Order: sequence, then structure tokens, then C-alpha cells
Amino acid sequence: MLDLQERQAAATAAAASPAIHSVDLAKHYGKTVALANLTMTVPRGEVFGFLGPNGAGKTTAVKLLVGLIPATSGEGWMLGKPLGDRQVRRRIGYLPELFRYQPWLTAPEVLRVHCELARLPRSSWKTEIEGAMTLVGLAGRERDRVGTYSKGMQQRLGLGVALLGSPDLVFLDEPTSALDPVGRHDVRQILHHLRERGCAVFLNSHLLTEVEMVCDRVAMVDHGRVIASGTLDDLLGGKSCRIRVTGLDPRQRGSLRAFGDLDDDGEWITVRGLEPERVPEVVDEIVRQGGRVYAVEPRHLSLEDRFLQLLGEGEKNS
Amino acid sequence: MDVAPILTFAKLTIWEASRRKLLIALVLLTLAIIVGTSFLMSRLWTVSVQNGRPPSEVEVRLIASQLLILIAFMFAAVLALSSVMVAAPSISADVESGLVLSMLSRPVRRADLVIGKWLGLAVLVVAYAGGSGFLELLGISLTTGYVPPHPVQLLAYIAGEGLILLTLALLLSTRLPGMTGGIIGLVAYFVAWVGGILGGVGVAIGNDALRHTGTVIGLLIPTDQLWRGAVYSMEPASILAAARAAGRLNSGNPFLVSNPPAFAFLAWAAVWILGLLALTIWSFRKREV
Ligand SMILES: Nc1ncnc2c1ncn2[C@@H]1O[C@H](COP(=O)(O)OP(=O)(O)O)[C@@H](O)[C@H]1O
Ligand SMILES: [Mg+2]
Repeated sequence: MLDLQERQAAATAAAASPAIHSVDLAKHYGKTVALANLTMTVPRGEVFGFLGPNGAGKTTAVKLLVGLIPATSGEGWMLGKPLGDRQVRRRIGYLPELFRYQPWLTAPEVLRVHCELARLPRSSWKTEIEGAMTLVGLAGRERDRVGTYSKGMQQRLGLGVALLGSPDLVFLDEPTSALDPVGRHDVRQILHHLRERGCAVFLNSHLLTEVEMVCDRVAMVDHGRVIASGTLDDLLGGKSCRIRVTGLDPRQRGSLRAFGDLDDDGEWITVRGLEPERVPEVVDEIVRQGGRVYAVEPRHLSLEDRFLQLLGEGEKNS
Repeated sequence: MDVAPILTFAKLTIWEASRRKLLIALVLLTLAIIVGTSFLMSRLWTVSVQNGRPPSEVEVRLIASQLLILIAFMFAAVLALSSVMVAAPSISADVESGLVLSMLSRPVRRADLVIGKWLGLAVLVVAYAGGSGFLELLGISLTTGYVPPHPVQLLAYIAGEGLILLTLALLLSTRLPGMTGGIIGLVAYFVAWVGGILGGVGVAIGNDALRHTGTVIGLLIPTDQLWRGAVYSMEPASILAAARAAGRLNSGNPFLVSNPPAFAFLAWAAVWILGLLALTIWSFRKREV
């Protein structure tokens, strides 16, 4: 009885804890600071994008969290357990950046080995393996050795391995690096599916446009430091709109200031601080004054622009 | 203790050896050697000993016993070298390729991987020594009627040599690339072999420096004494008597032995294996992947 109560209490506590929480997590390799004072929280069930250029420290962060390398300083928790806890690894999945699976096994055999290592109940193996093969689009290639797979197919297999046993948290380190556009699209579908299931995803990527399509929240890293973090709206200024207009004189263009701060390059007008619901009003107003509208782009700033902007600011400040 | 992950890693190791055609290659080669040597042994009956007289049964067995020592030496060397070649890359290659990353993110200890690999390789070594040794002895006994005095000990000593080298190579494999570890392992094997002879020569000529060098090398890499144990298990009474009669003058000869290894030495070899295994676990734990 007591045992049951304790377990329920533990389960409640675990559910209340974030998927990932870290405080001043750092990793140094000699003089190289691979990751400096990473403090962050990833809520349960969210897709979290960890973005940055090559060498920023993304892979290092994932390896620290998964417990493959020890931290130089700082601490962290995963699903409520301190980093390095072995049992909590039953509930996570991991697709390494340098993914490789036994080339002398077939894909179902690799998946089986991971079912064993993940301690999934034996009765579920068959369904898990078949489910994974189908999910990542490898059905029909069951009999081939992994060594004969293309790089992209091996990455799909890695994704299948990471998703075995319906984990609560999945780490994907550059999951689309070897995939063609179809594969990338498939990965986005899988990410949506994971989010629906309530699985948290920690997604490392340098492909910013991809992240924009799927992430709830992002952190941008450079040289081992987080230079910005928050929801996409926070980072990209969701309340701005870019409109390509002709047929208005400068005074008429200026009159749009009534809707918010203006930025006018003669062709594109950017209205900042504009509630998305008011976009049609602006367009109406332009048309009323005789202007012609060619394009309307809410939230025109891409993650890439914002990232380059932040990098620029960083250089100016340092 | 939870052994399931250990068994998974052991199974993977054996699986890999068979899928990579290592097992089948070894089995075919070994069968060819066994058939060939058995055929040669059967020809012993037709050699002429003196003025065209065919050899007597006793003579055939005596010659067979000496040839067997040579054949066993070849098997022991093949097993020792194969153990090194297979074990030396077994951890390093998996770390370099990234194969361990996804496996170590599972609820397993680093020690599970090390012990599992060791266990899988040890099963291969013991199975090879036992299987090939049994068939070779069977072939010789069918063709000449000769069976060495201690066949089981013989196979155990030869397997022991393989285990020692496999353990050493696995330790090296936690830190060094396969090729480097493999070469160091081979050098260790030959140094131990030469060290045994040097020590024996030291005994024979009463030179303490040589004798001590031999002892130290023999303790650091305890393969040579095991080989001498194997030779002892193959010596029929007449040869053993000859060896004993030669006394310490014969100590340097690695093919003629008058006493089996002391129990204390065998205990040391066991402790050596366990100690190195512990060191391997420690070393792999400290390694960043
Ligand atoms: N094992 C290592 N030894 C030394 N330096 C390393 C090691 N791993 C990573 N680094 C360094 O740490 C920095 C961050 O690397 P990494 O985390 O792989 O970046 P990212 O995944 O963002 O491309 C790089 O400068 C890299 O050279
Ligand atoms: Mg990386």
C-alpha cells in the first residue's frame, strides 16, 4: 500500500518537473569552452529547438544531458532526476549527430537490441519494431543489412531507435543532416506526432528555417553561450508586418504611422507593434488611399535574420 | 546485480564475429589443419626407422607426442594472435564510429559493455580452444592411437593464454586505436615468449639478473608459464623423465618442461585477469565518448 502511495507521489512529482532543467551547466575541453553556464528549462511536451552555428556547443549540451560526458561544473535534471541517473534513461530516446548502427545487423535486429537495452517488456518488442520501421519509412527493407543502407536510411533507422518505447523525452542531434527534402518533411511530421503524444523533444539544429516550422520554443547558442531564448514570437517580434506597396506618395506612406512604428525602404513598409488582427485594416487603408499591395508578410523576420542580427550585436558588444 | 545488459553485449560480440565471417573462416581453416595434420600422422606408420623396419607402436606414439607439441604451439599462437586482433579494436572502433553513443544512452553501465564484450570474446576463445583442440586430439588418437597424458589441462592452458591476451587487448582498446593496441598486444606476446626463454637460460647458467628478468616478464604477461603448462600436459612419461634428467640445464627450452606451473602462479594469472578487467572498466568509464 505504502509502496503504491509512494510511487504515486513520485509519479506526480515527476510529472510536475520539467523535461529538462539545468543550472550553469558547463563543459571545458582544456582551454576550449565547449559550453558555458547553460541555464535553461524545457517544459514537458514541447518541441525545444537548440540552435546555433557549427561548433557552438549544441552536441556537447546534448551529450551532457544524456550523461555521456561529465560536466565541468553546474548541474542539471532530466524528467526530475539528476543528470547521469541510469533509470531515467529508460524514458528517453537519443539520435546522435554521429549516428551509426551495427552494419552487420538488419534494421529490425538493431531495433531489437535497443528494445533489450531499453528494458522494454519482451511482449511489446514485435509491435515496437514493426511500428518503428513503418514510422520512419523503412518498411520493406527488413531483410537488408544496415551496412547496405544509404546514409539517409541509417539516419531514419536512428530516428526509429530513438523513438522506441514511447519515451517522454527525445534528443535529436541534427536529425535531418543526411535527409532529402522528403525525409525532412517526414521528420517534421514525426515531430508533430511526438508533440501530440506529449513527448518533449530537444532538437539540435543549424537549419534554422526547419526549426521555425516545428519548435514551440528555442534557444540560440554561439561559442558555448546562450545568446537568446524564448518562444518564436518573443524572438522574432511576432507583432510586425512587412508590406510591399506601390502607388502612394511619401506623405501617404507616412500616414500609416497611425498603426505603429514604421520602417520604409521605398518599396517595403514594415509596421512594428501591429496586432495580427489589424493587418487587414492596414491593407484597407492603403487601398483606400489608392495604393497597390503586392505582398503582405506577417512576422517578416526569419529566424536566420534574427540570428545574424544577434551575432552582429554580440560582436559589437564584445 | 543486473546481468541482462551484460548478456546483450556478450551476445552482440559473438553475433558480430559470426556475421563478419570470422567464425566461419576460423572453423574452415582449423578443419583443414586438423585434417592435414591427422593425415600426416597416419603416414607415421610408413616411415622407416632403421634399415627399412617400420616403427613400432611405441615409437609412433613417441613421435606423435613430439609432433603434437609443435601442432599445439601453432594452435596456441593462432589463438593468441587472433584474440589480440579481435579484441584490440573491439571498444575503440565502436567509440570512434559512434556506435556506442546510442547504446550508452540506454539504462546500462559502462561496466556492462566492458564485461559483456569480455564475456563474448572469452566464450569465443574457450569454444575455439576446446573445439579445435578436441578435434585435433581426436584425429591424432584415431590415426596413431596417441592421447596426451592430460588432454583437458592442455586445452585449458591454451585457452588461458588466449584469455590473457584478450584481456590485455581489451584494456588497450579503451584508449588506443585498434591497430596500435593490436601491435602492442602482439609485442607483449612475443616479449613474454622470449622472456620465458631468457629466464630459463638464466636458471640454466645460474645468472640471477636473467632469471629475475624472466620472472618479472612472466608476472607482467603471464602467458609463457601457461604455455609451459600446456607442454607439460603433452609429455608422455619417457619424455618427462628425459626432461627431469636434463635438470636445470634444460630450463630455457620452451618445448621440454619438467614441472607444471605452480598453483600460486595460476592463482596469479586469475587475479591478473580480474585486475586488468577492473582497470578496463575504470579506463572506459573515464573515457569521453
Ligand atoms: N572531445 C572534444 N575535445 C575537444 N574539444 C571538443 C570536443 N568535443 C567538442 N569540442 C569542441 O567544443 C566546441 C563545441 O562543439 P560541439 O558541441 O560539437 O558543437 P556543435 O554541435 O554546436 O557543432 C567546438 O569548439 C569543439 O571543437
Ligand atoms: Mg553538433
